[in-house]
Amino acid sequence: MKNLCFYFEIHQPMRLKRYRFFDIEQDHYYYDDFQNEERIRMLAEQSFLPANRTLLEIIQNSNGKFRCAFSFSGIVLEQLEQYAPEVIDSFEELSKTGCVEFMAETYAHSLSSVYDIHEFEQQVALQTEKIESLFGKKPTVFRNSELIYSDEIGEKIYNMGYRTILIDEVSHVLGWKSPNFVYRHPTLPKLKLLVRNFKLSDDIAFHFSDRSWSDYPLTADKFISWIKNMPDDQPVVNIWLGYEALGLFQRPESGIFEFLKAIPFFALQNNIGFLMPSEVAKKIEAVDILSSPEPISWSGIEKDISLWNGNDLQQEALEKLYAVGERVRLCTDRPLRHDWLMLQSSDHFRYMSHKDAFGTYYESPYDAFMNYMNILADFLLRVDEQYPTTIDNEELNALLNTIYELEKEVERLENELKKLRSRKKTEN
Amino acid sequence: MKVLMFGWEFPPHILGGLGTASYGLVKAMAHQPDMEITFVIPKLYGDEDQSFLKIIGACYVPVVWKENDWNYVNERIGWIMNPDEYFWLRNGIKYDFRRIYTNDLGCIEFSGRYPDNLLEEISNYEAVASVLAHQLSFDVIHSHDWLTYPAGIFAKQISGKPLVVHVHATEFDRSRGNVNPIVYDIEKRGMDAANHIITVSNLTRNIVIEKYFQDPKKVTTVHNAVEPLPDVDSYVKTPRSDKIVTFLGRITMQKGPEYFVEAANRVLKKNKKVRFVMAGNGDMMQDMINLAAKRGITDRFHFTGFLKGRQVYQMLADSDVYIMPSVSEPFGISPLEAMQVGTPTIISKQSGCSEILTHSIKIDYWDIDGMADAVNAIIRNPAMYKSLHELGREEVNNIRWEDAGKKVIKIYNSLLGK
Repeated sequence: MKNLCFYFEIHQPMRLKRYRFFDIEQDHYYYDDFQNEERIRMLAEQSFLPANRTLLEIIQNSNGKFRCAFSFSGIVLEQLEQYAPEVIDSFEELSKTGCVEFMAETYAHSLSSVYDIHEFEQQVALQTEKIESLFGKKPTVFRNSELIYSDEIGEKIYNMGYRTILIDEVSHVLGWKSPNFVYRHPTLPKLKLLVRNFKLSDDIAFHFSDRSWSDYPLTADKFISWIKNMPDDQPVVNIWLGYEALGLFQRPESGIFEFLKAIPFFALQNNIGFLMPSEVAKKIEAVDILSSPEPISWSGIEKDISLWNGNDLQQEALEKLYAVGERVRLCTDRPLRHDWLMLQSSDHFRYMSHKDAFGTYYESPYDAFMNYMNILADFLLRVDEQYPTTIDNEELNALLNTIYELEKEVERLENELKKLRSRKKTEN
Repeated sequence: MKVLMFGWEFPPHILGGLGTASYGLVKAMAHQPDMEITFVIPKLYGDEDQSFLKIIGACYVPVVWKENDWNYVNERIGWIMNPDEYFWLRNGIKYDFRRIYTNDLGCIEFSGRYPDNLLEEISNYEAVASVLAHQLSFDVIHSHDWLTYPAGIFAKQISGKPLVVHVHATEFDRSRGNVNPIVYDIEKRGMDAANHIITVSNLTRNIVIEKYFQDPKKVTTVHNAVEPLPDVDSYVKTPRSDKIVTFLGRITMQKGPEYFVEAANRVLKKNKKVRFVMAGNGDMMQDMINLAAKRGITDRFHFTGFLKGRQVYQMLADSDVYIMPSVSEPFGISPLEAMQVGTPTIISKQSGCSEILTHSIKIDYWDIDGMADAVNAIIRNPAMYKSLHELGREEVNNIRWEDAGKKVIKIYNSLLGK
């Protein structure tokens, strides 16, 4: 039996406000609240809410046969809570059907898996906590920001306790292999890899309303017939896309929601089922290994990570940011920790790309870089204020440990003192 | 195809961007197959490079019939022009121009500059055009900038050949709104009479369409390019402890020098390790010295006066940032020259070159905060400097006159129905 596995990504960075170098040390608030609110409201109204309504209807009409998954960055959840709480409610409702799964990823939609392993671990923990507190389910399947993956990153994720990871269909990794199977890590046989079907996913996400496309108009009937006509031994077709494709990239008048509604009908008629990623991993055996020595992602023509770290601007920004990772994690200042997360979103670096600054709201990559670096300069000064950079990390750690030990010692002695005093009292 | 082209300046005797731009374009066009260009300028010095085209000096074209014998003419102008040509051109005198002051050969003495009696020179140039139009054979007439429009129009009226006018600047750019009605009139007549109008940027194209009421269909943008610098490697950046930020050009209203001073003031409030240089000359120089003094930054703000030749490129190469804050710049070649020697540039969005440059920082000319911020970003972040330095140079090396020349020839062909 063939299966379809739908998964939708939801992420929006905190957009940064115009921050001049005169503002450094003067202004510690970095975000453009107006723009963020407007963007989240727009996405909620045009995409998230109508799409959620559609999915709920599909699940109910198919008696729970239709199933799908979502991934959220912690940052977008924060913004939804603030600007569009009804979206959270509507996801809760979806979650209650039991036909929806939420996945683990980094809190900040960051590149920490490549640049800072400790940060990576912390962010995943933060994100999964957040998901659990909102929807009551702990994620078991991992999908990294931008589907960034390499053998090494896979190992890190495995060590964090995950056994299923989502990756993209990248020709130099798959070679002649089909994405419609389950694969495994080259050295960790228990680590299963699910592969996105790139063509069919993009057909929905980007081509659906494109009149110059040879397959326009795409109907559910046609779409399912493509899957039906695939060789019978291919067990799963993974259709993964950004959630805003529904309603925003593909407008409601293009018929995208009707298309979705019709999918389960034609699928079930042709004996094609629906699975959530965790179910895919459970039910389908891995057929072969997939090895990716270099990081891959789901963006760009090369499908590597050069859209985020390919040029000098991006490299300098990333280096300066992650150089203080260890130091920031020693800090306890909450606003500082929060800004640290917000500044890590991969989007900020994508805006600095000369090749493809997808989603940018800056005039040029240079403009994006200038603004980001001014903010980062202020941020770094704040970090420095907490713990001067003249002390190196190890020394600082040692000092912090000593302080901690001393505090414990004082506490112990105080307790002892209390005990002795009370004994003295009773003796008296 | 034969082209009769009217210009005002030709290297090495150039005063502004017009000479550089028309030279680059003509040179590239002359190297295309089946192109024969006759370039007319008011004053011929004799040291111009005529290897790829014929140059006629209007100051050696007789407009009033004077009886002279061959030997006398040879003695007078034989060093620069064949006397036979003089006599042949003399046959083209069909009108009575005796109202114009001429010399013993019946020729007009042109200054070839921008003198106070510029309007008189422009109309005298028209007289020369009539003689040439009667004697020369050509398929297209091409006039560079308003000074030569009347000459082009007259040549068109006489020969019936199509006229192309090339707008390198408009009165709206030069005057920042205070348009001289006489100049506007000359420009408008030229455009009205033209079969096709070439503008150096879309910015200028819009002005031509909106302010001169031209049909958009007959206005085409052909962006300028820049000649490759043969001795580019000889300009080396001198190591200094302070960063150098430069303004280079005429210090006039059009170039927005006051925004440069204000931006300098902003930067210097935060960072004392920068020096600002204002290179060039112009009627606002005194005001700028006063303004810098008023802001109290003269210890870090320097004036060099007029630079030329190698000095220009050396100044650019020594700079860490080049800024062109022009209020209205039809094209603006200097940022491209700065990029050739690898200097990062900040240019105003109100400039034509910003339409074709990617690796340059673009700001509104009035946005002094943005300008100061960009200066700071370039001098503080090595990646920013490096990107603009390397990618900017690469970009500018791919902007070639050859492509511009081909576009112009395409316009000729469409006018001739080819």
